[in-house]
Amino acid sequence: MAKSGPKSILQIRPEGLYCAPGGFFIDPHRPVHRAVITHGHADHARPGNGHVLATRETLAIMQSRFGAIAKKGGQAAGYGETVTIGDARVRLVPAGHVLGSAQAVIDTDQGRVVVSGDYKRRRDPTCAEFETVPCDLYVTEATFGLPVFRHPESAGEIGKLIRSLETFPDRAHLVGAYALGKAQRVIKLLREAGYDRPIHLHGAMRGLCDLYQELGVDLGPLEDVETGKGARRDFGGEIVLCPPSALRGAWSRRFGDAVAAFASGWMTVRQRAKQSGVELPLVLSDHADWDELTATIRDVEAETIWVTHGREEALVHQARLYGLDAEALSVAGFEEEGQ
Amino acid sequence: MRAYADLLEALVYTSARNGKLAILRRYFEETPDPDRGWALASLTGDLDLKNVTPSMVRGLIESRVDPLLFRLSYDFVGDLAETASLIWPEKADADAEAAHPNDLSLSAAVDQMTAVKRKEAPALIERWMDALTPSSRFALLKLGMGGMRVGVSARLARTAAAELGRVDVGALEELWFGLTPPYTELFAWLEGRGPKPEVKSHLAFRPMMLANPLEEETLDRLDPGDFAAEWKWDGVRVQLTAKPGEGALYTRTGEDIGAAFPDILDYAQFDATLDGELLIMVDGVVQSFNALQQRLGRKKVGKKMLTDHPAHIRAYDILFEGGEDLRALPFDQRRARLETLWERTQPGRFDLSPLVPFEDWADLTEQRQSLRGAGIEGLMLKRRDSAYLAGRPKGPWFKWKRDPFTADCVLMYAQRGHGRRSSYYSDYTFGCWRPAQGDTADEWELAPVGKAYSGFTDEELKKLDKWVRAHSTERFGPVRAVEPGLVLEVAFDSIHRSKRHKSGVAMRFPRIHRIRWDKPHAEADRIESLMALVE
Ligand SMILES: [Zn+2]
Ligand SMILES: [Zn+2]
Repeated sequence: MAKSGPKSILQIRPEGLYCAPGGFFIDPHRPVHRAVITHGHADHARPGNGHVLATRETLAIMQSRFGAIAKKGGQAAGYGETVTIGDARVRLVPAGHVLGSAQAVIDTDQGRVVVSGDYKRRRDPTCAEFETVPCDLYVTEATFGLPVFRHPESAGEIGKLIRSLETFPDRAHLVGAYALGKAQRVIKLLREAGYDRPIHLHGAMRGLCDLYQELGVDLGPLEDVETGKGARRDFGGEIVLCPPSALRGAWSRRFGDAVAAFASGWMTVRQRAKQSGVELPLVLSDHADWDELTATIRDVEAETIWVTHGREEALVHQARLYGLDAEALSVAGFEEEGQ
Repeated sequence: MRAYADLLEALVYTSARNGKLAILRRYFEETPDPDRGWALASLTGDLDLKNVTPSMVRGLIESRVDPLLFRLSYDFVGDLAETASLIWPEKADADAEAAHPNDLSLSAAVDQMTAVKRKEAPALIERWMDALTPSSRFALLKLGMGGMRVGVSARLARTAAAELGRVDVGALEELWFGLTPPYTELFAWLEGRGPKPEVKSHLAFRPMMLANPLEEETLDRLDPGDFAAEWKWDGVRVQLTAKPGEGALYTRTGEDIGAAFPDILDYAQFDATLDGELLIMVDGVVQSFNALQQRLGRKKVGKKMLTDHPAHIRAYDILFEGGEDLRALPFDQRRARLETLWERTQPGRFDLSPLVPFEDWADLTEQRQSLRGAGIEGLMLKRRDSAYLAGRPKGPWFKWKRDPFTADCVLMYAQRGHGRRSSYYSDYTFGCWRPAQGDTADEWELAPVGKAYSGFTDEELKKLDKWVRAHSTERFGPVRAVEPGLVLEVAFDSIHRSKRHKSGVAMRFPRIHRIRWDKPHAEADRIESLMALVE
């Protein structure tokens, strides 16, 4: 690692990405003394740290998932608010990924580093829009870092779901979606498309949907499959949201001949979608697609790009074609999110 | 192209057979001629557009996309047409397809792809790629290159067409090989608007009867008295139709290979349709499958090839004699007709596959196990009362392959797989020991004997992948060389001499039988013990 300049600000340690001047980790995958957490997904936010700095929404999500944020407490920072930690000034700015998601902007006397966390550039009615911050070193995710990934307009994908309801009015529509972010976005997009019927929830979806509503994201009428008014009745023609893993489990059998849908960026690739056993693939991603990734690494005007979290090789290659200094960062602990 | 693209998409995401049939039926109902016929041909593999090839498509992409980005993408997606359709860079005016209000019809696409000069084909495809949506691009490339991967067999597609006219699929298959796309006559008949098409050629291919693999438990439920047994030969299953002065030779998929086997057609001086095995035979001895491969796939065959590799038919069934259709007769009666025909005509280059007499299943099991060599793959069991039916009916015929050979080999190279396996080293090249070539006396080296990419579980694949990564010595592209250390027990059907392989032998159908994590690699097999298995 370089002794000076922006590259000296970050180090890779066994616990994760470490900011030396500030003495803190960003999204560590093992408990540390001091952490900055970009967002509430399980591969970024983990329990057991000493101090945690995150947005108010991310702290609330961590609280609801783990029952605690950190041993010595969480510190909330609003978007744009500067917090000094050691010799670093830290600012969280919107990443457009899920509610409360942030990029960490770190200013030091060696320059400015931005760690993107997970992000997307397109509009999402459930969270603040991505903000471009020029910097010297940009650490970008690369979940969909291949040029075959070009996510279509979300309205068109939600349209497919609504058309399927019209084509199969007697079949329940099970929509597999991640409980944090994707589920609420699907609901909100349905509402924007004019769908105002109650939407039914698998037990695992309820907590975060309620939290989103408390934090000001109106999701309309929601009912629980297990205990709600809809319990033990026929779900024909209704939309039921569940975790992707429940699509093919014993739980799904109660719906009879249901249409299985899956809202995920991976649905772009036919054989992948087919392997997940779905009949109705919905290409809805909370991660940047190839065009968004390649635009972002230019928009931030950084000299150096570090690529992590996904398919690094292609994006590193593309960044070098742009004449940027680019490298793959192998930070352990990030899963291939099915988003 | 849009309706066809939707069809392919609906088929890929529907797994139930009945669901697929319903989708196909609806498409045939809603789509006019000749488009539906071209679609049907694309699904049955009867559309052969020679101007659109994988290498041409690769070339097109590489003219637009960085080669490394393309390779990484192809590795991940695992299908060329799909990779191309997704990676194709959009033109600045993305509404290009909207600018084509009439869409590109399937028949226009087929006509132009057929008519275009080879040199101009890339420009034609490129123009369309720019104008179409990703899903239509995919459909276009699949149409051009074939290999649909939508989970629809030729038979299923024909079944859907037959259902359209409420006719039996057997009746349709009977006609099939005399028809040509886009099948307008056929659809007219199916929809009751026209007469049943006549198969003009009297040398037409007749759908063949196929056997199911025998599960050994099944034997207990079968009465040995109901069955006749034959050896299963290691050649190529063919159908021969001979008429005085002419003839045709087909593979079991209906491909006409007569041009490559003029010797067979010359000797076939009788009036019948036979089912049998195509072999290469020199002085009464059946040659290896490799020898047969020399002659397959050739458009023309030279004199030397004809004398060095003389072809031979070993007949086991008769479908027609003169104009008479024998297929409804029971096997025993067909067999008797076949034997009479043979005794009467005694054609050179032909013999009969003998029936294998047996007392009971135990006796037959014994015979099967004691059998090695002579180009035999195992046994066929055929119900004595079975009619000759098209397709693979359950019950009347079984194939009972002999147990495979196995050898302990040492892993040498591993290659990354495609699609779901693109992040794993899943294709393995392995070798056996031989004395080192040159003058390093007393030393042993590995020589590759085969390559396998199946026979292990997902769990084992993960462990193999890990082992490869931890023990690699060199990397070239998607391939890693590994240090000798892991023993793979490899199963294979047979082994042949091969000049193309450094070791001098090549395995047929090798697959990983067991991973011998426990076995020291020095104790793996030697080439000489494989040589002993060569037939
Ligand atoms: Zn995330
Ligand atoms: Zn993540």
